[in-house]
Amino acid sequence: MRGEVRKGMRQQFLERFSWIDLFLWVLRIGVIVIIVWGSIRSLAAGKYSATAWLSLVIAGLAQGSIYALIALGYTLIYGVLLMINFAHGEVYMAGAFTSTIVAEALARYGYAERYPIPMIGLLLVVSMVVSAVVAVLLERIAYRPLRGAPRLVPLITAIGASFALQYIFRGLFGSAFHTYPEFGRMWGQLKVGGTTIQVVQVVVLVAAVVMMAGLYFFVERTKTGKSLRAVSEDKEIAALMGIDVDRVIAITFAIGGLLAGAAGVCRGLYQPQGIWFYMGFFPGLKAFTAAVLGGIGSIQGAMLGGLFLGIFESVGPNLFLEGLGIPAAYQLKDVIAFTMLVLVLMFRPQGIMGERLAEKKA
Amino acid sequence: MSESIRFDWRHSVRLGLLAGVIALGVSVIGMVEVFSERWLISGLFTVGHLLLFTVPAGVGYLCARESSESKRSVVLVNGLIAGLLSALPLIGLVFLARAIDLRELGLVNVSPALIDVLTFNRGSVVGSLILMALAGVIGLVGSAVYVIPDSIQRPLMNGVLWTFGVGLFAEVVIAVLRNLFGRGAVRLLFTIGSLKPGVALGLFLIAAGVTAWWGARGERLRGGLASVVPIPQQWLRLVGPALGILLILILPLLLGTYLTEVADMVGLYVLMGLGLNIVVGFAGLLNLGYVAFYAIGAYTMAVLTSQTELGLGLSFWTALPFAVLAAVLAGVILGIPVLQMRGDYLAIVTLGFGEIIRILALSDFLKPVIGGAQGILKIPNISIAGLEFVKPEHLYYFILAGCLLAFFISWRLRDARLGRQWMAVREDEDVAEAMGIHLVKTKLLGFAIGAGFAGLAGAIFAPKLSAIFPHSFNLLVSINVLCLIIVGGMGSLPGVAVGALILVGLPELLREFTEYRLLIYGALLIVMMIVRPEGFWPSEVKKRELRRGEEELLPAGGGNPVEPA
Repeated sequence: MRGEVRKGMRQQFLERFSWIDLFLWVLRIGVIVIIVWGSIRSLAAGKYSATAWLSLVIAGLAQGSIYALIALGYTLIYGVLLMINFAHGEVYMAGAFTSTIVAEALARYGYAERYPIPMIGLLLVVSMVVSAVVAVLLERIAYRPLRGAPRLVPLITAIGASFALQYIFRGLFGSAFHTYPEFGRMWGQLKVGGTTIQVVQVVVLVAAVVMMAGLYFFVERTKTGKSLRAVSEDKEIAALMGIDVDRVIAITFAIGGLLAGAAGVCRGLYQPQGIWFYMGFFPGLKAFTAAVLGGIGSIQGAMLGGLFLGIFESVGPNLFLEGLGIPAAYQLKDVIAFTMLVLVLMFRPQGIMGERLAEKKA
Repeated sequence: MSESIRFDWRHSVRLGLLAGVIALGVSVIGMVEVFSERWLISGLFTVGHLLLFTVPAGVGYLCARESSESKRSVVLVNGLIAGLLSALPLIGLVFLARAIDLRELGLVNVSPALIDVLTFNRGSVVGSLILMALAGVIGLVGSAVYVIPDSIQRPLMNGVLWTFGVGLFAEVVIAVLRNLFGRGAVRLLFTIGSLKPGVALGLFLIAAGVTAWWGARGERLRGGLASVVPIPQQWLRLVGPALGILLILILPLLLGTYLTEVADMVGLYVLMGLGLNIVVGFAGLLNLGYVAFYAIGAYTMAVLTSQTELGLGLSFWTALPFAVLAAVLAGVILGIPVLQMRGDYLAIVTLGFGEIIRILALSDFLKPVIGGAQGILKIPNISIAGLEFVKPEHLYYFILAGCLLAFFISWRLRDARLGRQWMAVREDEDVAEAMGIHLVKTKLLGFAIGAGFAGLAGAIFAPKLSAIFPHSFNLLVSINVLCLIIVGGMGSLPGVAVGALILVGLPELLREFTEYRLLIYGALLIVMMIVRPEGFWPSEVKKRELRRGEEELLPAGGGNPVEPA
């Protein structure tokens, strides 16, 4: 009897173990081997000192907090609509690009140098408002008419909206690169135990944390936040309880837009160069990666995922790839981020913090 | 009574202002100015005007359609109001731009030239008045078009469509005229690439007249013809397709070299579209990294045939199977990790794959093998038995053959067991699996065959350009291909050709559009999804589903016809 069971189990194992599984296992082990082997070789080579690694980590944290702010938009919208707002990167671009144009105009008349702090406040307001307006319009035009349509349909409109937005802003402000006035430089640098930290990195990180704390407070403590949670739990029941679902969804998009706009100003402070209409696409994808990594639908997860992705991306090329003897490893920064996205979705689609949402609904 | 009138006014005011904001947006992003450089009717009317006046005409029509008022005069007044109001934001822009230079403030496209277009080269006040009056009249006309009876409306619309159509695609018309009748015919009808005003009027009258005549006695004529000449109805039905095939075969002779080049590009996209149609349209797996397979086909071809030190110098025909095989293999390898994913996740992961491939192709890492940013040069032409395919006209037939092959394969697969399995997976994976469909096999076959078509397209693309660069393989190719199958109708084979013509062919003809091509694509995707999700040429299954939904009025809840998700 027992022997039979054991044989059955072995047979079961053999039946289940297909060459697909084999392939996936080889892939998993291969990735781990590459990472470990590359890291060991890089560290053994000793090209970078400990302080160099530390400053890479800090740069990664600053970059990651920008990703996290954008990722929150994905996560919030996924929470209420169970859809991925593919055009969210463009919402971020809208705020960042517009505020850059305003900043350039202000700098031309000398206001930026005379009153830097109020100017940053103004830019923050401009960027957040523009992003929020774009997000709400996006929802109204591209998503609301299609509520209840098959899943593929809003995704396709999202792709369309993404390109339409890019080229609308290209038409508005031109296709040249723009540069933020260098507010960042005015704060200078800080020396902590042999590592130089740019103060702007700290500012960006702190700003992101403050935003996220505010969001957390909003969602958990206010009445609107409560209705938001109710809608993300069950739209129909929420509507029966007297919640205006359409309004809550619009508010969610607006909040996502506000956060993305803030991310736009952070990006401008931290990396003033290269602001143009296409700037939203890759950060959007990476923020999506961050949201998935943290567990889509989870606010804390988006924050963690963003920071983790930032560090991974900043340290990764030097740590994993250079050790393997790959020339100009920094060119492959994006490959690391996308590979991570693929690996996370393959092996742990629920992310770090998420429940097992992904398989059920995606 | 009076209440309903007031309601209608509010409605038309809102619509008018909304339309005005759209017109303002189109002007501020520079479309009006760029398009107004091209005459539709020589010396009279530009594409920019067309764009600008489509707005009040459209809003007038909408106003009339949505008004609950039965009295014609009220409807017309509503159209007039909406039209007049749609000019207001533009007038605001005119005065603002004359007062301060908006370009200084970052709005790079609000140039004096744009303001001149908006004011018809007059002063601010006079120009604004003209603009407003014209917009009002056109809004009125728009609503009138809705009010007048069908028998007048149709000829008028046809006349306008034909005139503008010939004006817009003057380039094709000119090329065909020149190749058929010589330069004299062209000079008779066109000046510097646009219709002469008199010719435009004639065209309008002819089109309207023929439509009116056909509408009045077409039915009787067709019946009469059938009784005079004893041709079976089936034969008559074959006339259209036969003419189409003939046209496709002699197209390069009509079009000349440049336009054939465009046709070649359309052909390559048809090939890719047929491949992606299998993946997205049949199997419902949204793949945004489709360009990867195109790139792999092209790079395999380039590495195998190039005569530089990067290449092996094989012939096209030896390399072709390897290029297709490499793409198929890549399809399977990239397909395995995404087997578990659905919908949005699948889309974004495949997009990530596409980007990974592009960045790798661009990087110094793989430079020794595939040339990095410098690409691979000196790819020899395709040749059959010593005959080289050099000119686009030659390549046209080669690409046509490839398309026909892909078309045949798709068509046979669609009705085969595999095609039905794909569609079952598209409708519901879980149910499909429960019905005994092997999901892994079905999905991987979809990915592999789709990738194979793209590989073939890439393999033709490489010798066509005789050099390839990573920049040819960016995300936009994937988006283009996706758009074209959506616009044509997902899962529909003729739809792919229609979509490719609209999305790849038209922008090449309207070169002013290139800058705004993606904006128009994006807007088109949204509008299509809202207004006509089944595409311009929907597949039979889709049509049946939609019709069933209309006819049977199924009970609410579970009975709705399921669209592919």
